[in-house]
Amino acid sequence: MEAMAYRASTRTRIGYILDRETWLGPVMLFPAVLYILVLVGLPFLLAILYSLSDITVGDPSLDFVGLQTIQEVVENPVFQKSLRNTFVFTLVSQALVLVLGKILALALSTEFRGKWIFRFLILLPWTTPIALATISWLWMLDSVFSPIDWMLRAMNLLGPGAPLGPAKNLYWLGKPELAFFSVILVHTWRMLPLATVIMVAGLTSIPQDIKDAVAVDGASFWRALFEITIPLMLPIMAVATLFGVIFTFTDMIVIYVLTRGGPIDTTQVLSTWAFFKGIEGGNLAQGAATALFLFPVLLGVAVLILRFARRAEVA
Amino acid sequence: MAIVETRGLRKHFGDVAAVDGVDLASKEGEFLVLLGPSGCGKTTLLRLIAGLEQPTAGEILIGGQVVNGLPPRARKIAMVFQSYALYPHMTVFNNIAFPLKAQGMSPEERKKKVEWAASLLGINRLLHRFPRQLSGGERQRVALARALVREPSIFLLDEPLSNLDAQLRASARDELQQFQRRIGTTTVYVTHDQVEAMGMGDRISVMYQGKVRQIGTPQEIYHEPADTFVATFLGSPPMNLVERKDYLLGFRPEHFLPKDIASVQDKTVTFQFRVTRVEYLGADRLIYGVVAGANGESKAISRLSATLTFPIEPGKGYDFLIRSQDLKFFDKATGLRTGPKLL
Repeated sequence: MEAMAYRASTRTRIGYILDRETWLGPVMLFPAVLYILVLVGLPFLLAILYSLSDITVGDPSLDFVGLQTIQEVVENPVFQKSLRNTFVFTLVSQALVLVLGKILALALSTEFRGKWIFRFLILLPWTTPIALATISWLWMLDSVFSPIDWMLRAMNLLGPGAPLGPAKNLYWLGKPELAFFSVILVHTWRMLPLATVIMVAGLTSIPQDIKDAVAVDGASFWRALFEITIPLMLPIMAVATLFGVIFTFTDMIVIYVLTRGGPIDTTQVLSTWAFFKGIEGGNLAQGAATALFLFPVLLGVAVLILRFARRAEVA
Repeated sequence: MAIVETRGLRKHFGDVAAVDGVDLASKEGEFLVLLGPSGCGKTTLLRLIAGLEQPTAGEILIGGQVVNGLPPRARKIAMVFQSYALYPHMTVFNNIAFPLKAQGMSPEERKKKVEWAASLLGINRLLHRFPRQLSGGERQRVALARALVREPSIFLLDEPLSNLDAQLRASARDELQQFQRRIGTTTVYVTHDQVEAMGMGDRISVMYQGKVRQIGTPQEIYHEPADTFVATFLGSPPMNLVERKDYLLGFRPEHFLPKDIASVQDKTVTFQFRVTRVEYLGADRLIYGVVAGANGESKAISRLSATLTFPIEPGKGYDFLIRSQDLKFFDKATGLRTGPKLL
């Protein structure tokens, strides 16, 4: 009897400790803090140190050279092209994602037969590992066996005497403009599901009464879309876009698998250029310096996300 | 201005008939109240008239024209929603101007119209504010102004006072009715609150389970209920129903008075009333008890004005009487009103 009472009281004592937020909070935060320090903070500091040195795989001593490495990196024309490409790929693909995602979200917010399979197909790209998905795109865009080319040929759009040229293939990844287009296409395809799902959530959060009021007030589809729906969804659309920006801006898998930066570095981006320079080329200092250029943009985007997320909560 | 009419209107959601054959016609400039408990189909009926739902069967006429196929904006109606449904990202001015903008009105005309509506409702000083900066009563007026600017032929109001606190509701009720009288637009008003319905309606349509049970003036609905549902839904406390051999006998609590103090010349009927409980409510006393019915005893309530100080104690029996003309008779099986029976 006494033993039981004692056990019960220890259990409540442990319960009290577990209930104390001043104690429980730091304990639960600890793994996350450790993770960020070791796997984010430490490499970040290391990258800054490397970029101020002339370290290579062959000569792994940290000799401080000031801004010389950074200057060398910036003056390289391939770096300049990579920097521009990174922005263009991100902005163009995210603009497309925004428009297409909005259209898909509007379509998914209405009721129709077979909606579930439609939704399933839209979500599918997000569930595939990005490397595998890009490999299948690599086959789709193959310079000889591309099924897209095959279909174009079957429709008499491609081949001798056809509007798209006398060649039997388009060489999607072989010509600079088409390679550029292909990369944007894959990035858009990749980010569309997440953006759509976020925007469907945003659409359904608009109260039915507001939608009814718009109908009674007599707004046309476009007026309702641009004056009511989009303004009300703006915070959540911003969050969707900023997520897409982070994913696309930092991604190297699509370029690495699809074009390896080619042809002749026309599709090179910062992450692939940093990888080729630093890891494959062994110039750790230049690789680190290149990668550091991602930082200011990501910082800005992160600040914006946090701000918009708070505004979305208020609304 | 116009009248609104429905003919054999039905709306089914799956197996549920939300609106089950409603024939209803408003009068010109009338304040028509749709009254009923929640789930009776009154809001669905309003949404059908607005064009926000498509009927399963039947016709809707506005101003003598069938509007079944027309979208809401082509029906010349304006609606005020329970939540007011103000656009949260627009100022009050832009909220009120939105329907005009949709009509393609010029900015100068729009401004004039908005100021006219705002001054009618006394909200001129709020025009630059956002909905979140307004109180419940102010939001309600903005919603009314937004409905008013379009000069609709029919106003549809869906429980517009239910989000206000009790004190504000009483004054808003008064304002709303005066406002409707002044502009004279036919108004269909949905509520589950019988006080609102009785106080504001020119006529009341009592709905239950998708059907209109009775339509009439507040006096008709209260004093001449068409069936036992209407009789017991209106009035607080509701009409007493005492079971007799082949009919139900109904009488209002305020007509059920102690014999000793009642000074009536008319023909009366007397009951032996055994009091079980007395509730003192300030202006009134509610006397709960039982009277003899066909199958044993039936519960009944008497409501006495506080000015009648006649002493009544629980546990004792008293003689209570009702004027014969205040007795209503209902069919036992159907609940429908029947002619007078011999007691």
